[in-house]
Amino acid sequence: MTELDRKQDRAPIPAGWEYATAPESREIVTLRERYGHFVGGEWLEPKETYTTIDPSSEEPLAEVGQATDEEVQLAVAAAREAYDNGWSALAGSERAKYLFRIARILQERSREFAVLESLNGGKPIRESRDVDVPLAAAHFFYYAGWADKLEYAFPNRTPKPLGVAGQVIPWNFPLLMLAWKVAPALAAGNTVVLKPAETTPLSALLFCDVLRQAELPPGVVNILTGDGRVGAAIVKSEVDKIAFTGSTEVGKAIQRELAGTAKKLTLELGGKAANVIFDDAALDQAVEGIVNGIYFNQGHVCCAGSRLLVQESIYDDVIEKLKRRLTTLRVGDPLDKNTDVGAINSRQQLEKIEELVESGKEEGAAIYQPPCRLPEKGYWFVPTVFTDVAQSYRIAQEEIFGPVLSVLTFRTPDEAVEKANNTPYGLSAGVCTEKGSRILSMAQRLRAGVIWANTYNRFDPSSPFGGYKESGFGREGGLHGLEPYLSFE
Amino acid sequence: MSRLPVRKTYKLFVGGEFPRSESGRTYEAEGQNVARASRKDVRDAVRVARGAFPKWAGMTAYNRGQVLYRVAEMMEARRSEFADLCSGPKEVERSIDRFVWYAGFADKVAQVLGSSNPVAGPYFNFTVPEPQGVVGTLAPEGPALAGLVSRVAPAIVGGNAVVVVASESHPLAAIELAEALATADVPGGVVNILTGLRDELAPVLAGHMDVNALDVSGADGEVAELERLAAENVKRVVRGVTDDQSAWEISRFLELKTVWHPIGV
Repeated sequence: MTELDRKQDRAPIPAGWEYATAPESREIVTLRERYGHFVGGEWLEPKETYTTIDPSSEEPLAEVGQATDEEVQLAVAAAREAYDNGWSALAGSERAKYLFRIARILQERSREFAVLESLNGGKPIRESRDVDVPLAAAHFFYYAGWADKLEYAFPNRTPKPLGVAGQVIPWNFPLLMLAWKVAPALAAGNTVVLKPAETTPLSALLFCDVLRQAELPPGVVNILTGDGRVGAAIVKSEVDKIAFTGSTEVGKAIQRELAGTAKKLTLELGGKAANVIFDDAALDQAVEGIVNGIYFNQGHVCCAGSRLLVQESIYDDVIEKLKRRLTTLRVGDPLDKNTDVGAINSRQQLEKIEELVESGKEEGAAIYQPPCRLPEKGYWFVPTVFTDVAQSYRIAQEEIFGPVLSVLTFRTPDEAVEKANNTPYGLSAGVCTEKGSRILSMAQRLRAGVIWANTYNRFDPSSPFGGYKESGFGREGGLHGLEPYLSFE
Repeated sequence: MSRLPVRKTYKLFVGGEFPRSESGRTYEAEGQNVARASRKDVRDAVRVARGAFPKWAGMTAYNRGQVLYRVAEMMEARRSEFADLCSGPKEVERSIDRFVWYAGFADKVAQVLGSSNPVAGPYFNFTVPEPQGVVGTLAPEGPALAGLVSRVAPAIVGGNAVVVVASESHPLAAIELAEALATADVPGGVVNILTGLRDELAPVLAGHMDVNALDVSGADGEVAELERLAAENVKRVVRGVTDDQSAWEISRFLELKTVWHPIGV
């Protein structure tokens, strides 16, 4: 395709092109048959186990523990002991050096982590290699520097650690969410009990080996695996703080559970972000933003731009360009370096996506899916666009958490704001326009914690992230991400 | 022959007006009949606060600072009335000075609490504080005036609208404050004050789906049930100081918004 063709929008649709495979080797990852819980610096033989799989092939990868209440209590006790006997009294500059070490080791072992993340989670290797793992390392590097500088972050206050932080993270960015939770907690001087998601425990378990190499004192970070029951047990345990990233439904249950207690809480919950495209936007760039906004990580992103709001005058152009772009997305083997969209994380999630997509068809929306060959085994869903969507449809209201875009239209900026804000969520939003004053006005009026203007789904450890309204409270990242892990009494 | 004084009728303060409770009820407090707000009065006040919020939040910080300073001016003119309704002149002076202090913070908040973020890529990235929306406030039972001011001023200075359940045992200072607010250019609906029975009103505020934050700093004893109700729409639950001032009290009522934009030609 020549540059001229591209400019004139006469590019052929390469759906029938054959691509040579470009698989990343999985040799670099050595899995054990069975993993226990990482408690007090040692592996605890689990009482119960389950099998964790590769969602792109449904092949079993390893046996991992399903923590019991007793094991949760052991982990919390180990974290408490580590806090009382050393970690809380350690100079900030020394805490910093441990965190710098962890960051460096993550960088050194980055390919191993990237391959494992794609194996266990189904995300394309390009993403785990270029986004998840480098950002996780960067997060530790960033918060390492804060550990001995807290007085600069909170002038006229006396920041003190809280104690033991219980952290429960989701399956969409397993290692990155671990870094978002663990790095600020340790920088602030807390110790940690963390539970990775049921379907994606392996990168957190490999992270325990990073902790061993960094010689982090035993008990400062404890990792338990298992399903939601383990998370619930952590919430009820004798921890001083709960940090949760996951669904709004579970977040509300945690907030109710902690009512009346002194436990500090931060919640990073669901979203149904609007991505608003004005008629003066650079359309090709906007389409890239739309695609990155909703098909990045199979749409398993709480801040995904899942509601596209297009100004009516450019609707036909945008939809045509978007459909053409969709035909070029490569869906398939997560370990193939050409893959754009990987496997759906679990059967359960696939069923949820299918159910919501079915509801979209039934309610009357028009569905578009590019021609696409899906692997026979594993969990897959074709990138999907719904047009003719009414605001009241479930696909315009509920978080699908999959590669499914709902397109709505608007005429005026006021209408765009009204529609964008018309949801209980408020995690993120996007706006595309070449007019600077309009960007700033929209950025002010959209009720969401993160606004991406002329871009989408960008993350950085120095950039605070978190929601308005039912998308949760508290910020992760940046100077503001320290506050949830400190007390100022 | 001595003159018979004209008594005051103690009413609610909603939308800049002084209505009676729609229920027609009163209760006796501090020797006066005071309006006893109903659950419907709470819902009406929330609706009014929601309506007032965008304009108040959209005013310039400089402008909001001037309005808060104007509140202090109006309070100064009522010093003796306030003194009779609280612990005395010292509490009044403290309360007035607190409004002045927060007035001066209006256009500093974004600089103290916001940030410019050095992301590792070609993006301009900044974080600004924004108001949460409608705040439901349970005023402390005491100090009657300073407690109320300590909770309301930091909530409104950042651009929120509030619905306050006044001290049940000492509601008169709250009504007196409402009269100062009504003459101080505070737009109607930004501060709404309900008098009545705490047990009746607090759960309605805590469970209301259009309230963004619940300030339980002034709640005595058991707040667990209120917090459980607050979880229904993930309200921010605020536990702050009841007679003090701080920039961090303002931040409890603020969200942080981060904006990204590419840098390029």
